[in-house]
Amino acid sequence: MDNIAIELRGIDKSFGPVHANKNINLKVRKGTIHGIIGENGAGKSTLMSILYGFYQADSGEIVVDGRPVSIRDPNAAISAGIGMVHQHFMLVENFTVLENVMLGAEDSQILNKGIAKARQELKRLEKEYALEVNPDALIEELPVGLQQRVEILKALYRKADILILDEPTGVLTPAEADHLFRILGQLKAQGKTIILITHKLREIMAITDEVSVMRRGEMVATRTTGETSVEELAELMVGRRVLLRVQKGEGTPGDVKLSVQGLTVKDSRGVTMVDDVSFDVRAGEIVGIAGVAGNGQSELLEAIAGIRKATSGTVLLNGESVDVTGHRDPAALRARGLAHVPEDRHHVGLVLKFEESENAILGYHNDPRYLNGVFLDIDAIRKDAEEKIAKYDIRPPNARLKTANFSGGNQQKIVLAREMERGPDVLIIGQPTRGVDVGAIEFIHKRIIEMRDQGKAVLLVSVELDEIRALSDRILVMFAGRVVGERSPDATEGELGLLMAGVEGRKEAAE
Amino acid sequence: MDFFHVLVVLLESTIRVSVPLVFAALAGLFTERAGVFDIGLEGKMLGAAFAAGAAAAVAQSVWIGLIAAILISVLLSLVHGYASITQRGNQIVSGVAINFIVAGSTVILGEAWFRQGGRTPALAEGARFQIVNFPGADAAREVPILGPIYADLLSGHFLLTYLAFAMVPISWWILYRTRFGLRLRAVGENPGAVDTAGISVIWLRYRAVICCGILCGFAGAYLSLAMTAGFVKGMTAGKGYIALAALIFAKWRPKNVMLACLLFGFLDALAIRLQGTPLPLVGQVPVQLMQALPYILTVILLAGFIGKAIPPKAGGVPYVKER
Repeated sequence: MDNIAIELRGIDKSFGPVHANKNINLKVRKGTIHGIIGENGAGKSTLMSILYGFYQADSGEIVVDGRPVSIRDPNAAISAGIGMVHQHFMLVENFTVLENVMLGAEDSQILNKGIAKARQELKRLEKEYALEVNPDALIEELPVGLQQRVEILKALYRKADILILDEPTGVLTPAEADHLFRILGQLKAQGKTIILITHKLREIMAITDEVSVMRRGEMVATRTTGETSVEELAELMVGRRVLLRVQKGEGTPGDVKLSVQGLTVKDSRGVTMVDDVSFDVRAGEIVGIAGVAGNGQSELLEAIAGIRKATSGTVLLNGESVDVTGHRDPAALRARGLAHVPEDRHHVGLVLKFEESENAILGYHNDPRYLNGVFLDIDAIRKDAEEKIAKYDIRPPNARLKTANFSGGNQQKIVLAREMERGPDVLIIGQPTRGVDVGAIEFIHKRIIEMRDQGKAVLLVSVELDEIRALSDRILVMFAGRVVGERSPDATEGELGLLMAGVEGRKEAAE
Repeated sequence: MDFFHVLVVLLESTIRVSVPLVFAALAGLFTERAGVFDIGLEGKMLGAAFAAGAAAAVAQSVWIGLIAAILISVLLSLVHGYASITQRGNQIVSGVAINFIVAGSTVILGEAWFRQGGRTPALAEGARFQIVNFPGADAAREVPILGPIYADLLSGHFLLTYLAFAMVPISWWILYRTRFGLRLRAVGENPGAVDTAGISVIWLRYRAVICCGILCGFAGAYLSLAMTAGFVKGMTAGKGYIALAALIFAKWRPKNVMLACLLFGFLDALAIRLQGTPLPLVGQVPVQLMQALPYILTVILLAGFIGKAIPPKAGGVPYVKER
């Protein structure tokens, strides 16, 4: 068993009543990429934090290179040759790359000598692993992809042989993610062992050699990636069969409910983010907007929802004009039948410190149903929240729990329940399943299709191309603020990909 | 020549009143750069001044006075550290509490021990700092221009004055050229980065807080052992807050800290100088207005004349290891 880089034996960890890791056994072979997959809250991050010395296991053993080691703090992990790339980067933003790499691994009390040595070592690492980055650049001036590279360099600088990456693609564009995977491939070729934690099945299939699945604190299976399938992994993660592609019938589009004409949006710097965009959404259809993040979809959504000021253009809601360039009034829009599920539920959709029941009425709190004179009718609000909890299977089913204590998927269901249960005519949804686990994704997709079948007009924005293709009746592709093409959901991924990259669209626009 | 003479006198008193500001602002620089906000500079300085005055009076030794000042100030810093680092309490509340406790207890203890209305006994020559005269200073004074600059501006200050200004490059060197400084600045920006690099956030922040205590100790000792001969109740008179303002004005950088303190010191000196002197065009200005000038300037400067002052990102936030 010489080729085992790291082995976990019977790792157990509880936080009060929560049993986060139950008797976990895991073997990771040297020089491989080992995926760990599981839904949010399955215990992946806890397990890795134990491995990196953030937490102590209640019981169990960690064996590195055949030797049992005790990892009491990150220092011990570093000396055992374990490096970690955190989901939220552990970088000092106003330090240079070099300073960040050195931090904690400086040779001497006085920096000067160490700096020269670190610079040299960094150069060597850059060359050896093709990880180029300017050592004197400030972190805050680097794009996220490069910041992540600095995190990897930090681990390599500390001579890590085992690299743990926690949800590394969450913040990356698809192109950056591809680049990261190439880097990981190189590191593997150089003999490094990589543990990749993710909840994205595609990444597991694309890059790992072996994959272990966690569910509710338990390690339920380990498979060789080549011998398993997305369907099997999804089933293992959720514990039941999951429909990865929702069933949906033919839509029956009716009247135009939302009409956008010549909408142009500039951001605070005066840069055009949405450039003369026009489209209609009819009752009983889902129009999906595909595109690489940052091509104007967010701004488009916000302008229609009345959150962001448009420079010019018109929007008709149920045939009546909406003032998008002058006085905007999201509350009035809601009253006129427009519901909005914002892209960023943490900052726009919810107040995380509020109770579930309070978030369930946020924005509709002036509705007489929830009022008792000038006061809020707490009983009515809680009763309403409990109904939504039951209907949307929000867990834990506790209307008085602080919203921050719900998982990502359940938080998203709180927002969806709030917006959908009002019976809007037009529903605009941004990133419906971002940071949401597989089980909840299925539920959310079903609900969106139900809305369509009830005759609502749905405008869907997502950076997940699979999601757009699975749900939409028509797909509009945005690139650099413009709609560069319209396709049916049968269009191939390659065809849409070219449009999203701005290659095909220009030709089409020119014709 | 008369104007030149006035200017030299003005600058000399600028230096004199700037010293406690420089010490206190540098003290704040160390903790705030490490992510612990400290509104208790005032209290630490006052406690140190009292300890210095009392110990020097009892022991008849300036050095024992200085050591007592540093000890008390470090002790108060550790209280602040315990509340805000270990117990993760609110740093503003802890700092304000220290200010109040010191303001009251110095008077009570002073009265109980010395029965002079909260003062400590006036110190004899050996129990306080003496002026350091450079060689040939008196003779050089006759030389035009350079003479008074040498004799009155460079020479003729207390040892602590020279130390205060020497602390500016020393602090810079510590913060930017040593491992301790790199880590200290890092922990004020992103303690997570420090923790994951295998360095103790808690111990690092405690060391920063101790540095702050030492420097505040010097500031307090200067007030009661050098500037005056003994402790007078409330003798810091808001200098701790002015130092805090200077720190923000200086955007948490050592050289700027010195310049900001000199500017506030200059205004203070000017206010003293102009008391009772009619100004051209305006005429007689009330004393109170002149005294308020440094504070008015603080408000104006902080309100937006300095551009955006970005504090250390993790400032004021206790570090909680969590996932």
